[in-house]
Amino acid sequence: MEQIISKGAKQSVLAYLGTACVVLLLLMIFGLTMRAAQAGGLAIPAEIFYQLMTAHGIGMVGIAGMCGAAIMWYFLGQYVKLSTPIFLLNIGLFLIGVVLILGAIFIGGFASAWTFLYPLPAMSGGAWTSGSAVIYLSGVLLIGVGFLLFHLDTGWAILKQYGSLGKALGWPQLFGNSTADAPPPTVVASTMVLIVNVLGLVSGASILVISIVNILVPEFGIDPLLGKNMIFFFGHVFINATIYMSVIAVYEILPRYTGRPWKSSKPFLLAWTCSTLFVVIVYPHHLLMDINMPTWMAVMGQVISYLSGIPVLVVTAFGALAYVHRSGLSWGMPASLLFLAVFGWAAGVIPAIVDGTISVNLVLHNTQWVPGHFHTYLLLGVVPMAMGFMYYISNNEGSGLDRAGLWAFIVGGYGFIFTFLWAGKEGVPRRFAEHLPEWMAVDAMGAAFAALTILGVVIFAISFLSRIGKIAKA
Amino acid sequence: MQDLAWAISLWLMALLAITFIYVVMKSGDKADASAVQSGAGKIRATLFWLILIAGVPVTMVTLTDLPYAAQSDATAQIVTAEGSQFNWDISPTTIVAGKPVEFHVTAADATHGFAIFDDTMTLLTQTQAMPEYTNILKYTFSKAGTYKVLCLEYCGSGHHVMSAEITVVAAGGM
Repeated sequence: MEQIISKGAKQSVLAYLGTACVVLLLLMIFGLTMRAAQAGGLAIPAEIFYQLMTAHGIGMVGIAGMCGAAIMWYFLGQYVKLSTPIFLLNIGLFLIGVVLILGAIFIGGFASAWTFLYPLPAMSGGAWTSGSAVIYLSGVLLIGVGFLLFHLDTGWAILKQYGSLGKALGWPQLFGNSTADAPPPTVVASTMVLIVNVLGLVSGASILVISIVNILVPEFGIDPLLGKNMIFFFGHVFINATIYMSVIAVYEILPRYTGRPWKSSKPFLLAWTCSTLFVVIVYPHHLLMDINMPTWMAVMGQVISYLSGIPVLVVTAFGALAYVHRSGLSWGMPASLLFLAVFGWAAGVIPAIVDGTISVNLVLHNTQWVPGHFHTYLLLGVVPMAMGFMYYISNNEGSGLDRAGLWAFIVGGYGFIFTFLWAGKEGVPRRFAEHLPEWMAVDAMGAAFAALTILGVVIFAISFLSRIGKIAKA
Repeated sequence: MQDLAWAISLWLMALLAITFIYVVMKSGDKADASAVQSGAGKIRATLFWLILIAGVPVTMVTLTDLPYAAQSDATAQIVTAEGSQFNWDISPTTIVAGKPVEFHVTAADATHGFAIFDDTMTLLTQTQAMPEYTNILKYTFSKAGTYKVLCLEYCGSGHHVMSAEITVVAAGGM
């Protein structure tokens, strides 16, 4: 499809991407600091470690959301009429939320991890004040409201254009006899994200408000297991939605290099319909060690975890392979990063599914295996999707330095995630400010690989940010 | 179990990597798109059925022995464990090897994670320690020794120092 995007809309997308670039690098440095501290190479107080951990977690989730939103909005806007003011309102609320969150963490000392697991925000053990907890939760709530408005706008636009969510998911073509062209992949993916993320955001907003009230009025509380379900439902759905938004870059950009348009075939439509359901009902796999959860929910968590891999591996990853195979493609930076991203996503699914097995989760849950698998599909999936989009939007096929950055990113990134997975196998807990001496060698390797990964991203970021002014004027 | 998880993950990720590298190596050739897509469609269908055929027995086998205690075992040794910021209150702390143990795990404040490690720091089993709930974790220690309990659910600034020890003695040793 031809590029039809106004200058203002493009500048709005650039605002998202520029913000994401800067914040991503800052948060990666936080991550490196934590790994260096665990390796014993850097002495930081435990309180500071957990503050960095909280900022790193919530920040990365937010940035993944911003990148995904920018990609989705840019391409979806070529099929339906979207509102630029609402898109800008989202980033405005995001930035206000970021200020509140950073203030709560680094001035107020708030450090409940990004998951703000109820009732921890109200129980600091003396590490933070109630006020800072309320400010942090309000900041997250504000960001959530921004995303909810963003999705309501995309939903409104999709409904106006396609008439119903079912039609936008291609159900007449999938389940009926319609011979009309199915909606393009971008519309299908955006509709799926709209459905799941609205549910996730409502759940997240509810538990955030409950947590705030609980802090202000301690007599008011809810069942902690219910609170946990609401938080993990929100967290799981939101972070998954960032991948499903970002993968639109693959569907839209890769075909421009292969010359083979990515079509909404029946397997594609079926995969996205299944994913819509799977993402919503798979979240109990985060609660497999909560023995009081109904057993059927745990079993569902495992079974749906297994099934969730099929759309990713058999449709998107396999699709990317089929579109690239013998296509005569020349590997510039956008195509390289996007193809790498599909691999990262698909590869990350494997240790995630393994950990989704109840009997395995018993000995891997909350070890470093967990950051091992989610960094695979976020650091090596969503980040290269976003970076590939940045190179694409700036018409930059890359220099020798960019390609060197790509290799640094690949070697550093995979080295980094394998140190996490290895440590998880060895039983090293996640989220520990201090490590035992026998764990520190792997930590040190992890820190070295993290530094190499950051070097790669610094090169990507400089390459993009140095062109951002020129792109904005074009 | 951990080694198996590592091996399966590594082999499958390697297989996926080899496939991607193969396609990258062949990407410079130019072939008719419809011919490639047609061949790919057949491979995809085979792959789908292979995953399904392999997945069903794997699912059934892995779901046969779940760590969820339906009811208390009258013959088991009962150990109560309560987590609080940043301590474990465990009673008794000495138990007998070879005889089932039921850990009745709860929390006094925030959520904690009750995880048992052996002397090589291999993670043996775990459950969540939640306020207002008691999770029953069943485990049978096969050998005597000192076992460490760590918190595996982030619970605040002293999370990493929240540890305790359990002594397991040989049968007849108490």
